[in-house]
Amino acid sequence: MKRIRVDSTVIVLGILILVIAVGAILVATVGRSFFSPGNIRDILTGMSVLGLVAIGQTLVILGASLDLSVTYVISLASLIAATTMNGNPANIPWAVTLTLIVCAAIGLANGLIVTVLKVNGFIATLGVGLILQGVLNTGFQGSAGSVPWAFQLIGATGVGPLPVSWIIMIALAAVVWFLLGRTRTGAHLFAVGGDPEVARLSGVRTKPPLIVAHVLCSVFAGLAGLLLASRLGVGSPTVGQQGGYALLSIAAVVLGGTLLMGGRGSVWGTIGGVAIFAVVDNVMSVMQVNPFLKDVVRGVVIVAAVAVYSRRAIVRRRTRFGPGGTRTGGDAPAEAAAPAMVAATQALEAEADAADGSASMQGGAR
Amino acid sequence: MKFLTALVSPRGAVFLLLVILLVAVMVLNPNFAEPGQLMRYIQRVAPVAIVAIGQYFVIIAGEFDLSQGSLITAQVIVAGNLVAQDDARTVPVLCLMVVLGLVVGLVNGLLTTLLKVPSFIVTLGMMLALLGLVLWWTGGAATGNPADSFRQIGRGGIRDIPVLDFLPWSVLVLAAWLALGIWVTKRPLGKLLIAIGDNARATRYSGARDWWVTTRAFMISSLSATVSAVLLVGYAGVHPSVGRGYEFVAITAVVLGGVVLGGGRGWIVAAVAGAFVLEALFLLLNIAGVPSSLRDAVQGVIIIAAVAYSGLVFRSRRRGGAPQTPPSPGKEPDAPDGAEESSATQALAGEGAAPNNRS
Repeated sequence: MKRIRVDSTVIVLGILILVIAVGAILVATVGRSFFSPGNIRDILTGMSVLGLVAIGQTLVILGASLDLSVTYVISLASLIAATTMNGNPANIPWAVTLTLIVCAAIGLANGLIVTVLKVNGFIATLGVGLILQGVLNTGFQGSAGSVPWAFQLIGATGVGPLPVSWIIMIALAAVVWFLLGRTRTGAHLFAVGGDPEVARLSGVRTKPPLIVAHVLCSVFAGLAGLLLASRLGVGSPTVGQQGGYALLSIAAVVLGGTLLMGGRGSVWGTIGGVAIFAVVDNVMSVMQVNPFLKDVVRGVVIVAAVAVYSRRAIVRRRTRFGPGGTRTGGDAPAEAAAPAMVAATQALEAEADAADGSASMQGGAR
Repeated sequence: MKFLTALVSPRGAVFLLLVILLVAVMVLNPNFAEPGQLMRYIQRVAPVAIVAIGQYFVIIAGEFDLSQGSLITAQVIVAGNLVAQDDARTVPVLCLMVVLGLVVGLVNGLLTTLLKVPSFIVTLGMMLALLGLVLWWTGGAATGNPADSFRQIGRGGIRDIPVLDFLPWSVLVLAAWLALGIWVTKRPLGKLLIAIGDNARATRYSGARDWWVTTRAFMISSLSATVSAVLLVGYAGVHPSVGRGYEFVAITAVVLGGVVLGGGRGWIVAAVAGAFVLEALFLLLNIAGVPSSLRDAVQGVIIIAAVAYSGLVFRSRRRGGAPQTPPSPGKEPDAPDGAEESSATQALAGEGAAPNNRS
């Protein structure tokens, strides 16, 4: 009998529906319609950039690493694309290729530093981010290049209420879902993220999956940069930092139920997390909330949403102990014994005290 | 010889790096060796080092505190707006700042431990919320120039001392805070934090109130950010960008000091040395005339290299069959401390008692 497990993706969907419901009511109070095609389009457009970054970030976090360099990769990608295109539609294919190659190289560097030099992902990507910041500072003084109209269309057009950028994002999410669920690299990535030592002992080469994850993450950040360039019409050295994409994408990934320690999570959860952010942002813009208060609301929403399901006893890793696991008996006895142990300690101490004080008295009584 | 091996060891790597950087600075700028200049250098490091001390306690427990930078900004703006030009308000506002710091730490800690939200997310949310609230309150522009008596803490000092010439208050504050920090690491709290960072579950089963222990680490961290903010008000003035990015600088400093992200291992003095290394690095880049645009890049390379180096040394020592890892003061979380009645020792006793009970 197959039991329906309430896994985190379902909970994320639940939260999303709740957020949409509350948002729709709030929007209705100011006399606007939440479900108008224009508004839905706004929300989906708002999802696409963060969505692309977060898909990449999901891969890296599944491998128990982090990528803080995405903000700078986004800025660099927008600049490379815009300056290479330089207003000429004929340059588009070459510009896109070049941008993605550069981003892949950055991701490769990240991956090698994390796997070969064994620097913690947090520090490694922070350092690479600083290096990229230096490159941006030296190479570019301000917005540069120009994007031809043909490329700007990607960010501006849509099919019905669905923006093209959003469709691209969802298609890529499906590709990543396939990669994670149906390919060897994906399975190995889960294994390495869950426990690198166990993965190694089971004959998995631990380095390649993590390197692939880092490369893909940077490529996805590069795609986000391309999308931003197509929306802005120019490349900007600060566009990534302004968006705060590194931390927001990590928040979206965790919101989507992926464990920060790696080894467990899903792409669709991440998309759900991104959607929650987009809806909250949209509702706040419609209601014309003070821009500073928006950050406050964002902060509260992030913590509250994650709190909703992290309190529940969701299997943190695939079941290993207890029913359904390969081993039975594990933490439960220890957990049950904990109060007894504390009590025993206290009893022992009391006994010791009593023994000290009344050794002679006891002797007399016997 | 022993000293040299200690320097090359992972725990000493950060000190070796510090010595190299300081010597390099002195070669390029002989003036730096003067005590007065050295004091100015320490004065500049003090805010970063104090934040790093706070971050250390959170990181050895296996958590992150990303809200430090925002808290500093918030505190600086609070000070700027509330103290104004009134000397009499200095002490009440200082008290208010301490309370605010403790409350922020308490909220961070309780959300992390009781609601079981990852600390990365809790403190990220706190970072956004705090900064947003403060900027909303001030309308986005930080104004106000606190009274001189308040700013003296960060910029003033004792003048006309024989050798040193000038001893800034912030150096004294740093020394006191470090001493306090070292004292805490020797207390049950410090040992329990390392135990929790190493194996939270085992520590919980052995009877420690892990939620309260971890929460106190967050409170120490927020309090450190508050102290740092008080120094920064005097040193850097009131501006919404003061404190920005301090959380990352602090984490980098702590990791440079050989503290393991994920918890369970690390030495507080090395974490402070990490802060000194970072500031020495900025100084060196400044003196060596590296164009300001490239400074970030050089910093990034050195951080990666330093962390990679200490990691490599650490692993090679392990592989080389060294007699275990060199025991550090913090590595024995449940060393029985006769004088102190820590929960860890209680647990040890409890383990022995359990079979007795059954038989």
